[in-house]
Amino acid sequence: MTDVSGTEAPPTDAPEAPPDPHALDARHADLLGRFRDELGAGVLDAVPVFGSPVVRVANESWRTAAEVLRGRLDCDFLSFVAGIDWMPAPKEGEEGGGDTSSPVQPSETTYGAAGSAGRFQVFGRVQSTSRHWGIILKVDVDEAAMLVPSWVPVYPGADWHERETWEMYGIVFEGHPALRHLYLPVGFEGHPLRKDFPLLSRVVKPWPGLVDVEPMPGEAPEAAVTAGEEGS
Amino acid sequence: MSTTTPNLPDFDLEPGALRHLAAAQMGVELDTGDMILNLGPQHPATHGTLRLVVRLDGERVISADPVIGYMHRGYEKLTEFRTYPQITTLINRIDWLSSFANEVPFIDAAEQLMGIEAPPRARYIRTILTELSRIATFVLFLGEMGLQVGALTPAFYGFRDREHVLNLIEAVTGGRFHPNFNRIGGLKDDLPWGWVNETRTVMGKILDACDTFEDLVAGNEIFEARTRSIGIIPPEIGAAYGVSGSNLRASGVDWDLRRDGKPYLAYPDIDFKVWTHTDGDSFARYWVRLQETRESARMVLQLLDQLPAGPIKAKVPRIIKVPEGEVWTETENPLGQMGYYVVSKGATGPFRVKIRSASFSNVSILPWLLRGLFVPDVVTVLASLYFILGDIDR
Repeated sequence: MTDVSGTEAPPTDAPEAPPDPHALDARHADLLGRFRDELGAGVLDAVPVFGSPVVRVANESWRTAAEVLRGRLDCDFLSFVAGIDWMPAPKEGEEGGGDTSSPVQPSETTYGAAGSAGRFQVFGRVQSTSRHWGIILKVDVDEAAMLVPSWVPVYPGADWHERETWEMYGIVFEGHPALRHLYLPVGFEGHPLRKDFPLLSRVVKPWPGLVDVEPMPGEAPEAAVTAGEEGS
Repeated sequence: MSTTTPNLPDFDLEPGALRHLAAAQMGVELDTGDMILNLGPQHPATHGTLRLVVRLDGERVISADPVIGYMHRGYEKLTEFRTYPQITTLINRIDWLSSFANEVPFIDAAEQLMGIEAPPRARYIRTILTELSRIATFVLFLGEMGLQVGALTPAFYGFRDREHVLNLIEAVTGGRFHPNFNRIGGLKDDLPWGWVNETRTVMGKILDACDTFEDLVAGNEIFEARTRSIGIIPPEIGAAYGVSGSNLRASGVDWDLRRDGKPYLAYPDIDFKVWTHTDGDSFARYWVRLQETRESARMVLQLLDQLPAGPIKAKVPRIIKVPEGEVWTETENPLGQMGYYVVSKGATGPFRVKIRSASFSNVSILPWLLRGLFVPDVVTVLASLYFILGDIDR
């Protein structure tokens, strides 16, 4: 996107910089520009991620954003609505921890593209079947209120997605016709996709692959022995 | 709920779901007496453990409430406890009729985050196997749909032709249903000797089979009577519910991610037609899938002609750590749009994976779609939407 028409000739022997994988094509840049114009201050942050715009909108503008996208920007297709919990999962020994076999994630909290104000976010994607563009929207969820406006009045298909997000994260969608369990049985307690909800099967019994591990040829056998002791 | 209200069937639903039931019991709304029919979770017409609570007035459906989750396996949670190479094993089991196609977008997501590109030969073989999965999924549908209207013969043809394709997939990957063949950066193995010629022969058989299905099923008067003008999905409503793939194309929406999405695999290199139908009814969905099966067979033949030589795996570190970042990938799977939103924090496993599966959204339109239909048509509409329970429940 930089202007290279100046007099300064680029050094010829330097290796050519690889193209930015995140850069938006003209179509998506146009969509992002028009979305910003329509929503104004409702847009908190916008970044391109692998050719697709990711926009964080204010909580109160969440439904307006959907209305703008469906009504004026031809995004007629609802891809999904989902939630995310940015808190790192508790480690072994901490409350809610106990799993030893899963990949170790960093213990400090970091937020992904376009940032977040807190632990929970809802994100979704809508796209256009005619203009072939799409956008990913994110919205911060206040941890005390856990409220987000529902998209069901705009996209009826958001119904099931929001029910799923509600039961998995405990995020309440304001204006949803009937928030009831979708996957989980009635009366299920807890919100399974929250990071502090342990994977019970792993807590009760260590991952068998961890116990049975044999040392590679030439590798110190200690790791295998410890793992075996844990399992016994 | 059911303990406090006598005479109610013992449904373990929440009160909200049973409002209509209570109303019917009190006789407030109707004097003819509505009936609640519980279809499933074990019912021959639901292809698995989908349960439909339908309220009937005579033979007509007044409202339908799908109850899903009988096979929920919590894959989104499980992915947070696995490394990237282990996850392909899980996602093979989402849509088990086209497992190979499930792997592609996830592997694509990991590759994009790592900045790795699979070599051209690997991309071509991936495309071929994806299209073979599509054919295997669709020929089964083409036969099974006949079964739902009472024609027994097409089902046997469907299984027979799927077997040819599954044999091909098995010859390459070693697995008939769960290939687990993709690796980050390429494929596990190259094609076996003689496979290309064998595939050409089988594609000929598939093209013949499509003609048979066209004569036997699509051209059948009874079949048309049972499917024409039934279960019409208007394009704008279908899209707003997230209905995708052949189901949406049957409503006249000319949208195929293989052509219109972000370019992936070898699709930009080949010519193919995106088939649409204007009617949006059960027949249109059958017809579009029939044409797409043909088109896929032609695509496979094209890809085999253009198949480049070369390595099948890029250089990849032995222990796969994916750099911090997030990415959304979507592909046109046999059942519709399949996508993964992968969030990585630089570890050997992902921090969060959102799985967008096609059947979930395709089925979420059922409460809208089934209203006003007759009970026998519910069966054909369900069959024509063509969903896989694993793809709904994940």
